[in-house]
Amino acid sequence: MGMRTAIGRVRGLGSAKTGAEHWWMQRVTSVALIPLTLWFTASLVSLAGADFETAYLWVASPAGAVPMILLLVAGLWHGKLGLQVVIEDYIHAEGLKVALLMLLTLATVALGAAGVFAVSKISFGE
Amino acid sequence: MAEFTLPANSKVTEGKTHKAPAGTKRVATFRIYRWESESGANPRLDTFEIDRDQCAPMVLDALIKIKTEIDTTLAFRRSCREGICGSCSMNIDGTNTLACLKPIDDVKGTVDVYPLPHLPVVKDLVPDLSVPYAQYTSIKPWLQTESAPPPDAERLQSPEERARLDGLWECVLCFCCTTSCPSYWWNGDRYLGPAILLQAYRWIADSRDEATGERLDALEDPFRLYRCHTIMNCTRTCPKSLNPAKAIAEIKKLMVARR
Repeated sequence: MGMRTAIGRVRGLGSAKTGAEHWWMQRVTSVALIPLTLWFTASLVSLAGADFETAYLWVASPAGAVPMILLLVAGLWHGKLGLQVVIEDYIHAEGLKVALLMLLTLATVALGAAGVFAVSKISFGE
Repeated sequence: MAEFTLPANSKVTEGKTHKAPAGTKRVATFRIYRWESESGANPRLDTFEIDRDQCAPMVLDALIKIKTEIDTTLAFRRSCREGICGSCSMNIDGTNTLACLKPIDDVKGTVDVYPLPHLPVVKDLVPDLSVPYAQYTSIKPWLQTESAPPPDAERLQSPEERARLDGLWECVLCFCCTTSCPSYWWNGDRYLGPAILLQAYRWIADSRDEATGERLDALEDPFRLYRCHTIMNCTRTCPKSLNPAKAIAEIKKLMVARR
């Protein structure tokens, strides 16, 4: 507990002067995800029952590959921002919190790179 | 980590029961949280039965009657008994509210009365508000200006500018909203909470104040402001029917507007 006064503890290390960008990007990515998830769902429904070749050609086409990459980036970015808040909310052990936040950032970038690479490989051919 | 169960010495036990006088026609039953530091005992729930026909309508009236007639050791804060001082905030029937504004007959069955959630308890229904008060001090809740006031008049506002303060100035700082907010429960050491953010917005929205930018600077922080996840408990529970969630949303909009 310590002997510090309440106002001293409340002022703490001061304002981080950040957070607005996080909040705004969460809104921007969520707006982007509305058309992208609708497109993705409609595409999957229209591909129901199709063979591998048809699905492959769909991903390879510019109309399939570009929105797919956008969906990957927006979805992962949005998920990263949201999970970051969950970790900050509930993990109060400083070391564990920093480790999880770092893991989250690295995992997000890794998943994004793998996803974009996979779509590019299909689209540009072997 | 966030704690989801009470520590062993905070577990609530069954307390004493005070029966209504024989021949009481209409009994109102109250189960009240009791705790005091000196006995070393766990908190307990005491049951008080009172004659509803001999008691004024509000929960605060019943608490005063219980303290006067049954158990003088019952501790709670109260002052104005008309919803303007904000002292008698507590958790009644599962909802934070002012005891003086809560009709006994609104509660079906037994009336459960607890102190405001997730604050240290001083005694019975009296929570320790020193951190929320320090948080209030931290937002500098006074008019900050560079320019000197007019020598012969007050600082003027247009009727429209004044109207922007409606829904903000009425806050009585009872902290019903702040202590209903799960974000404040988990991160109350750094998150300012809805009551303080509504008060902060009251000064940001004041056309006479000249420190709006500095006020936003002090709030722009992942914890001080952005722990608000629009859960809306604050707006649901406010006994003055104010909308702290909207005030917080206005601050967030201004943070984006000034980028």
